[in-house]
Amino acid sequence: MIEWLHPGLIFIFGAFLIPLFKGKWKKAYLLLPPTAALISVVLMLKGVLGSSGSFWHIPFLQYTLVLGRVDKLSLCFGLIFTLAAFCMILYALHVESSIEHMASFFYVGSALGVVFAGDLFTLYIFWEIMAIASLLLVWLRKTDRARRAGMRYFLWHFFGGLCLLGGIIMYVINTGTVAFDYIGLGGVGGLASYFIFIGFLLNAGAPPIHGWLPDAYPEATITGAVFMSAFTTKTAVYILVRTFPGTDILIYIGAIMTVYPIFYAVLENNVRRVLGYSLLNQVGFMLCGVGIGTELAICGTVAHAFCHIIYKGLLFMSAGSVMQMTGKENCTELGGLYKTMPFTTACCMIAAASISAFPGFSGFVSKSMIISEAGCLHLGIVWVLLQLASAGVFHHAGVKVPYFTFFAKDSGIRTHEPPLNMMLGMGIPAFLCVFLGVYPQPLYNILPNPAALGYMPYTGSHVVGQAQMLMFASLAFYVLIISGVYPPEQRKINLDTDWLVRIPGMRFVWFCQKPLIAFANFIDRNVLRTADASKSSPDAVAVCEKWMDKFYHKGLTSTPRAIYKGVEPLKSEIGYLPWNLLYVLISFIIFLLIMLLWGVGIK
Amino acid sequence: MLPIEQFPVLVVAISLLSALTILLAGWINKKSCFFISLATITFQFILSIFILHHVLTVGTIHYWLGGWRPPWGIEYVVDALNAYVLIIILFLSLLAAIYSKRSVEHEIDEKKLVTFYTLFQLLVTGLAGVVVTGDLFNMYVLLEVCSLAAYALIAVAGGRALKASYNYLVMGAIGVCFYLLGIAFLYSVTGTLNMGDMRLLLPALYGNKGVQLAFVFMFIGLGIKAAFFPLHTWQPDAYTYAPSAITVIISTAMAKASIYALIRIIFSVFTVDFITLFAPIADIISWVAAIAMIFGSILAIAQFNLKRMLAYSSIANIGYIMLGVGLSTSTTLGLTPALMHILNHALMKGCLFMAACGFIYKADLRDIRDLVGLARRMPYTCFAFLLAALSMIGFPPSVGFVTKLYLIFAALDAGKYIFIAVIFFSTLLMIVYFWHVIEIMYIRVEEGGEKEISVTEVPRSMFIPGLVLAFLCFIVGIIWLIGTPMPLMDAINSGLGLGVVP
Repeated sequence: MIEWLHPGLIFIFGAFLIPLFKGKWKKAYLLLPPTAALISVVLMLKGVLGSSGSFWHIPFLQYTLVLGRVDKLSLCFGLIFTLAAFCMILYALHVESSIEHMASFFYVGSALGVVFAGDLFTLYIFWEIMAIASLLLVWLRKTDRARRAGMRYFLWHFFGGLCLLGGIIMYVINTGTVAFDYIGLGGVGGLASYFIFIGFLLNAGAPPIHGWLPDAYPEATITGAVFMSAFTTKTAVYILVRTFPGTDILIYIGAIMTVYPIFYAVLENNVRRVLGYSLLNQVGFMLCGVGIGTELAICGTVAHAFCHIIYKGLLFMSAGSVMQMTGKENCTELGGLYKTMPFTTACCMIAAASISAFPGFSGFVSKSMIISEAGCLHLGIVWVLLQLASAGVFHHAGVKVPYFTFFAKDSGIRTHEPPLNMMLGMGIPAFLCVFLGVYPQPLYNILPNPAALGYMPYTGSHVVGQAQMLMFASLAFYVLIISGVYPPEQRKINLDTDWLVRIPGMRFVWFCQKPLIAFANFIDRNVLRTADASKSSPDAVAVCEKWMDKFYHKGLTSTPRAIYKGVEPLKSEIGYLPWNLLYVLISFIIFLLIMLLWGVGIK
Repeated sequence: MLPIEQFPVLVVAISLLSALTILLAGWINKKSCFFISLATITFQFILSIFILHHVLTVGTIHYWLGGWRPPWGIEYVVDALNAYVLIIILFLSLLAAIYSKRSVEHEIDEKKLVTFYTLFQLLVTGLAGVVVTGDLFNMYVLLEVCSLAAYALIAVAGGRALKASYNYLVMGAIGVCFYLLGIAFLYSVTGTLNMGDMRLLLPALYGNKGVQLAFVFMFIGLGIKAAFFPLHTWQPDAYTYAPSAITVIISTAMAKASIYALIRIIFSVFTVDFITLFAPIADIISWVAAIAMIFGSILAIAQFNLKRMLAYSSIANIGYIMLGVGLSTSTTLGLTPALMHILNHALMKGCLFMAACGFIYKADLRDIRDLVGLARRMPYTCFAFLLAALSMIGFPPSVGFVTKLYLIFAALDAGKYIFIAVIFFSTLLMIVYFWHVIEIMYIRVEEGGEKEISVTEVPRSMFIPGLVLAFLCFIVGIIWLIGTPMPLMDAINSGLGLGVVP
């Protein structure tokens, strides 16, 4: 039973020892559990312990709980989770507060617990620990905004947890099994599967139940946001891959989810909130892949989750470094930092290139699998939406964040690079982004299906097509920034010279050139205008933010107050004896009547 | 006769003797009172463990007082149900006794110390006696012993406690009188007072309106003692104004003893046949319990006094236990959820009241709104409160979660889905009032330091029992989930003829 150390339990038990250490010893100790967990997963992956199987069986009621179900899928997620956790803990090493470290350890440990869970009850228990631990990461920011955002976050997740628990109980009663395997919408699970589905989708941040994510993440602590970017949504993706692959509705949910956060992201001023929206957009790609459900699409989803954790973590890390050093997190207040923070700038650029799927960076080798699979299956609208979203993500995450933070107008802030541990924590993922982009074979090797082994991302048409889209989008951005007017001729010339795109057919090129680009231009122009406006008039943004706050949140925070107001008259100091006696008398008489009228008498 | 078969009577007799010893020893040395009481209760607790072991391995213990054969003499009978409840009651009494040392020195006049501990010991005597006895009239006597001790102990605090105690006295007296009237009715038709004997003689008379009237009297009477909605009206006052240690013991041990008496009368003197075939009672209990769960929670939200909030929360939790009782006849789980919650609620509520009384002890903080930022000044007490409150809400794998899980199983099994909705709704209400307190203690930032609370942690003898209970909330939850105590539950259910759906 204990032949394999469960990496999640290493983190959870490791967390309890953190307060015992001080100073340098504490820093050394903090790196021990992630290293041990990483070794445990790698050993398993290398097949030293058999590379699959199920461990840690615990009897519960008439069922058996399985804490360690190991197969290729869970190992793949286990590897990236432990790897990411290692980098993030390294990044967070300078934090003094023991409780913050404990919260992040619990959070990572429970996420790993979900990944290796082999039955629905274990899944649920770790699921709830994860919600509480991440809540702590928000609250530890200790500002009033964080407190309120945390409360809303908790209510959302409690709702999701209740849906999940209700679903699980109904499912177990219906099917008589606790196994955590393919469930499928409808089917044997019936109504239960819908409840479970909603519970999972809430954690994935699917619209319209995504409100918690861009709400809570920007309010978390600097290091907390880094942790949160990786685990909550990606465990949900893992679970959906396991339980609902090939569910058609996921394709459309995913497609919508890739597109609509773009509009919000460009409106936003807060860097970390922009990143939160782009996180939603990326998870949309994954949900789409899960919904398509073919072997290659699932591989693409897993690979994309793998790469996404690395580069999104890196983006949050670089935003966090800037925040740590300058104390500012709004686009309007930052700018020109590349002079004083070259390393952070470089890391941020690498991550931005990865998220925009530049050839040679990790996003390119994973995202294309999902999109090309959507194309192969002739899901026209979905394909268009995904391409549109790719262009959009480049605009807000690939250009807007680095541009306004590190370049743009010099804000006059002079600072220096973050501490060594933060730089190391950013360096490793930055290296991985490039490495996996250039040499994706190791990644393809660990994917759950062998279908991915034959996949070649670097075909000529693909590279050039992608490069085109990105370069013209960046050109558009540049020109717009310089002149404020977008000249359409230039774009046309550039596309005309491109002969590779013509080969698939003139119609397609026409479609790309005219309606698609016109639409993209329309969005670009308005979006950039708004973004520009946000830079020149912070007031408008403030109004917008206030309105959104009101729309999304006011209802939730004021509900408890409404309850308190409603029950206030019931407050009492001391009882009044005659009334008490009256209650006894009334209940006695009622009970007696019931008994005498309905009780069975002597016949 | 094995020595172990005499333990049931020793549990009661030693305690009674010790109460008198305390009175005498108090003349000589006031400090000795506490230690005599503590030693006695520890000894009783150890005896109760042996009793449980014997009951599980050998079988039910019958002890004839004075050697008189049962229908004439008094008999003490200990089966799995008694043994289980006895351990809970004595364990909580033990912790309350440890807790009382410093809190009593702080709250009560030194002159009253001797009488306080004498009454405290009498209270424990009565509680242990109610649980081990197998005789209806003897149960009445012991119920009066512990009730009278409790009235006096509540009144010790003075001030408003006098009025609360008087209310409780009147209500409690009515309750016990009703119970006595019930016994009189039963005695008039059967001519016996022994529970086992009564169980054999009654089935032929179930159709008799006198017997049914007796059932109504006993149910209402014990319902008052157990604070079952809508007979709970004495309870918030008594819990709020009693001295700290007394709040702890009456909210846990005494409430559980009354519930035990109720279950014993319903299932052991009367039988499952009576409440399913002759009286339409199971559904009524379930519905009233459902109302209690929601009503108690809503009133708890309305309170600003922390102890009063916890008292109303107790009413909701008695509702949980009674829901388990109401569902027990129509599910294969039988009484298991109710029995679980008897232990679980004792652990959680004991811990919560210890913490609440700790705040009063240190800084006279009674109002929830004054607890701002207290977690930094009294970390251990607040942590215990946090764990128990999480447990109340039903955070897995705590005891609160286990109860809710099993109640949901029972409701599913019985096909009464509405109660699942009630459980979820009352859980939501619990979140509202417990998070409110936790948020104030842990998260809210003090505004300008107007009401700077400059207190430190309570003495060790006061926070350690609370912490023990808080950790037990989670440890016991895991033990329930692993299923170790299930043989005990099965033994109790089969002893009462439950657990099989006809």
